[in-house]
Amino acid sequence: MLGRGEIAIVGAAETTQLGAIPGMSQIMLHADAALNAMAETGLKPADIDGVACVGPMMPQQIAHYLGITPKWVDGTGVGGCSFMLHVRHAAAAIHAGYANTILITHGESGKSRINATPRPAEPEGLNGQFEMPYGPFGPPTLFPIPVLRYMKKYGVTHEDLATVAVVQREWAGKNPRAMFRDPITVDDVLNSRMIAYPFRILQCCLVTDGGGALILTKADRAKDFPTKPVYILGTGESVESNMVSQMEDFTSSRAFRVAGPTAIEAAGIDRKDVDHMMIYDAFAHLPLYGLEDLGFCKPGEAAGFIREGNTRPGGKLPLNTTGGGLSYTHTGMYGMFALQESVRQMRGAAPAQVPGAKVSVCHGVGGMFSASGTIVFSNERP
Amino acid sequence: MLAPGRAKPKPTPETKHFWDGTKDGKLLLQRCGDTGKAYFPPRPFSPYTGTRNVTVFEASGRATLHSYVIHHRPVPGFTPPYAIAVVELEEGPRMMTNIVDCEQTPEALVLDMPLQVAFTPMDDDITLPLFRPAKGGV
Repeated sequence: MLGRGEIAIVGAAETTQLGAIPGMSQIMLHADAALNAMAETGLKPADIDGVACVGPMMPQQIAHYLGITPKWVDGTGVGGCSFMLHVRHAAAAIHAGYANTILITHGESGKSRINATPRPAEPEGLNGQFEMPYGPFGPPTLFPIPVLRYMKKYGVTHEDLATVAVVQREWAGKNPRAMFRDPITVDDVLNSRMIAYPFRILQCCLVTDGGGALILTKADRAKDFPTKPVYILGTGESVESNMVSQMEDFTSSRAFRVAGPTAIEAAGIDRKDVDHMMIYDAFAHLPLYGLEDLGFCKPGEAAGFIREGNTRPGGKLPLNTTGGGLSYTHTGMYGMFALQESVRQMRGAAPAQVPGAKVSVCHGVGGMFSASGTIVFSNERP
Repeated sequence: MLAPGRAKPKPTPETKHFWDGTKDGKLLLQRCGDTGKAYFPPRPFSPYTGTRNVTVFEASGRATLHSYVIHHRPVPGFTPPYAIAVVELEEGPRMMTNIVDCEQTPEALVLDMPLQVAFTPMDDDITLPLFRPAKGGV
């Protein structure tokens, strides 16, 4: 059994630039982040013996590009939370002795689209047969489909869903690397351009270029590195359906309800011990589902929890402290950036640092509620 | 006939009966032989128990509006704003669809409103199961 805190993050870095990076193709975004993470740890490619990144045929591309000879690889690709699953799988692999020093990379030319991953139509697939004929056009038309059911069940208002974006913009204002930093009001959100009712553009994530990388090893080795180690206390993962129309409950994600509590129970923590939280916010409803499905709020109470200021700067559960996918950055697979912020907060090095934070929960979603991964971090080894 | 441009489904061996059914004016679901529960999308075994003992049956075509978005940007084959909806069939399963013969507004598209299937050809091969407001309510 993998012990609490047995594995640590010793390297964590984003690409040198974030936002619009027309001077780098997608593979170089992976490499730029990886080189930054290796530089802060003092590691060279020859010191890395495990590689994880998203997608078919990708681990060999990234490993070879970087000059790494891995004895363990993982190409799990379940959408934007794949990196949480990579962390989980890498921790187990190090525990099992399959590798000692694992590099996880993300790079995505989401905005500039330089060698970006194509998304081919698959008319024979289940999505192609039973969703695509009805006119979905990317995540903004699919991810929000359950929202009206959630709003009706719990009496959640358009103002509540606008407030999520307003609060996250407040955090973004404290982050120099956030793409959008100017304060916004509920009225600004509700008067912004309609994309797919009930969501307007300020309730939809950004589209950016960028990347990130993590380096994991045994906590016993962490003292060999100049960085402050961040310990992995618990992890969880699950998947549901690749078709949002087939999720079993439109007001709660089954994948969230499996991954989140699995991680929290493995970590052996109480929810009141959590000082900092990231919930992947591709769209404004996701923090509500995340807070409820992970047990931080009762069903239907997350909107009130946010409205009352609990997730704002100075609140009792600081949430999405970069500004999140709505304001900080969103390359297409944002999970890597949520993990980076949890690590920064645990290092005490975040631009919007939560004073004294010791435990961070980082929760990701993949596809349209189709996958989930959760990591509990701490800067103290149990 | 629908405007051209929509993504066209391509039936597979496991879904051919469904698409043959819509062309015939029938909404065909499948039922698990162990639990008696209906399921969708089509597959030749039960997602509830794994049994291959399943039957195909014709659904009533009655449904309610479960949730939706109204998309405001142009997409080939559609005139914005248009709703992308999920309906709950009387037999239990849900499916994505479009709502026709109805204003595409939040005021006209009321959750839980009763609907009736409206088989609508895309071309000679494929007929889509769209839905319209049920006449005279439930």
